[in-house]
Amino acid sequence: MIFSFDLLFEAVLFGILLGCFYAAVSIGLSVSFGLLDVPHVAHPALMIFGSYCAYIVAGWGLDPILAGVVLMPVFFVLGVLIYRFYYETFERRGSDAGVRGLAFFFGLAFIIEVGLILGFGVDQRTVQAPYIGSSWAIGDYRIPYRMLVAFGVALVLTAALTVYLSKTFTGRAIKAVAQDEPALRLMGANPVRIKQWAFGIATGVSALAGAMVIIVGPVEPAMDRLYIGRTFCVVVLAGLGSMTGTLAAGLILGISESIVLMMLGASWAPAVAFGLLLVVLGIRPQGLFGR
Amino acid sequence: MTYWISALVFLTAAFAAAISGINEYVFYAGYIVLTFVVLSTAWNILGGYAGYVNFGTGAFFGLGSYSAVVLFKALEAPLIVQIIAGAAIGAALGFAVGIMTLRLRGIFFAIATVAILFIMETLMVNWRYVGGATGLQLLRPEVMAPFGSYTRMLFVVMALLSVIAVSIARYIQVGWIGRGLRAIRDSEEAAECSGVPTLKLKLFACVISGALMGAAGAPMPMYLSFIEPASSFSLNWGVSALAMPMIGGTGHWIGPVIGALLLGSIQQIVTVTISNEINVLVVGVLLVLFVVLAPDGVVGLFRKWARRSSR
Repeated sequence: MIFSFDLLFEAVLFGILLGCFYAAVSIGLSVSFGLLDVPHVAHPALMIFGSYCAYIVAGWGLDPILAGVVLMPVFFVLGVLIYRFYYETFERRGSDAGVRGLAFFFGLAFIIEVGLILGFGVDQRTVQAPYIGSSWAIGDYRIPYRMLVAFGVALVLTAALTVYLSKTFTGRAIKAVAQDEPALRLMGANPVRIKQWAFGIATGVSALAGAMVIIVGPVEPAMDRLYIGRTFCVVVLAGLGSMTGTLAAGLILGISESIVLMMLGASWAPAVAFGLLLVVLGIRPQGLFGR
Repeated sequence: MTYWISALVFLTAAFAAAISGINEYVFYAGYIVLTFVVLSTAWNILGGYAGYVNFGTGAFFGLGSYSAVVLFKALEAPLIVQIIAGAAIGAALGFAVGIMTLRLRGIFFAIATVAILFIMETLMVNWRYVGGATGLQLLRPEVMAPFGSYTRMLFVVMALLSVIAVSIARYIQVGWIGRGLRAIRDSEEAAECSGVPTLKLKLFACVISGALMGAAGAPMPMYLSFIEPASSFSLNWGVSALAMPMIGGTGHWIGPVIGALLLGSIQQIVTVTISNEINVLVVGVLLVLFVVLAPDGVVGLFRKWARRSSR
């Protein structure tokens, strides 16, 4: 084990970029699970599905990020449909919805994963773009442009969602649904329509997140399993539904993973997110910025 | 009484088949189906009766396999010792998971079990003694007298284990423990207020469930003559162990058995004739279909049909 402050500084720098990326891939889950209480374990699988869609669209000559943006409305509709289905079959029936809802999303995740394996095989896929592969040298440090791009998109996405949820009418309605659904019903609003809209947004955002995943590195169908740990770690650590908290939690995870990667090596890295998740669940399940 | 007679008949038939001249492949496939009977029955004790969804069946199963391998490599321990050790380690992990239920419910509990699964896998990947990420080849010991091959013997062992598992699940279901667990599933607060010792019961369910999963995992390395972390700790064990009770019906002990026999056999046929990926797809699709269309599984469908025909 080699230790030096130079290496540590590099690890932290890389961790910050990685952390913003983790925040961006988790922000959809922060809405769907954090605000709407949907046990959405299929979120990472949908995101990887988004990566493959971005791969196809980028194959037509489009920039991967643009491909993600183009896919957002499609995924929005997909999300609305999924929520509608979930609501009709589980939430409305009430009792014992917990176990079955979980089983439903778990099964959905596997169907998506195997669908991707059947469609694309188990090989890794990558996309081409001018900013992928090259890096920016500052002094002795080299920062890959792909991480910078992901960093930028992540910041924009987080900022946009934060503003949307706190400043616009619909955004506030989504927060209201999260806080007190019966009260909203008494005011004459339809909580199901608002939740449907919010779930659509969460799924739409995961298309862009998926595009970022394939920009940051090669994608394979079974990758969603690792991202279960990362996304849920960030959302729980953030405190359910807190957007700024998501950014902070993403940074914590990114920096810790990057430091572990440097000190102990890649074989220990997958345990970081899951370990952190267990610690948070054990000590402070309401998260850092919990409501 | 009929239960014990049919259990005895089943065991005798399994034993008789194993020493007869039936094709080796039957036992090779049957072993896996019986493993699923144990796993889904074990899952149902916690997930079906008490309503705590465990995605991390692979953690218990894999840990059972690895404790068997460590004992075998260090002491050349016989199979029975390996299984007992696997059960003990599984029970210990179950106890730890049981303590988590103090604070975590629903999806939080489920996600925590996934976390345990991946942490266990990472630990084994980094443990050189058991072969790390590449795994370990194992040399099977000599097979005992009446059996023609090691696989046949393992088949009978797993048949015995599945009878033990189902008997335990049945005992729990019909007694006061089962009533307490069902009360926890319906409303934990109400159960606690009415004097149900919720923590004790949850710990009991976790320990039993974990022990059975660990025991089911212990003979696996000998069956494959090989062990590696990725398949031992796969999330696929979790989805199967969850899907089988859901498909069979979670309320009754026969549910997981039906689900495991049904889905396990389909999986074996699909794996042979089509591919391994399709078999996971079948599990996922059937799980979603049953959860949506027949929430009480095959047992529920059967009850509905019986009620309609009696009217």
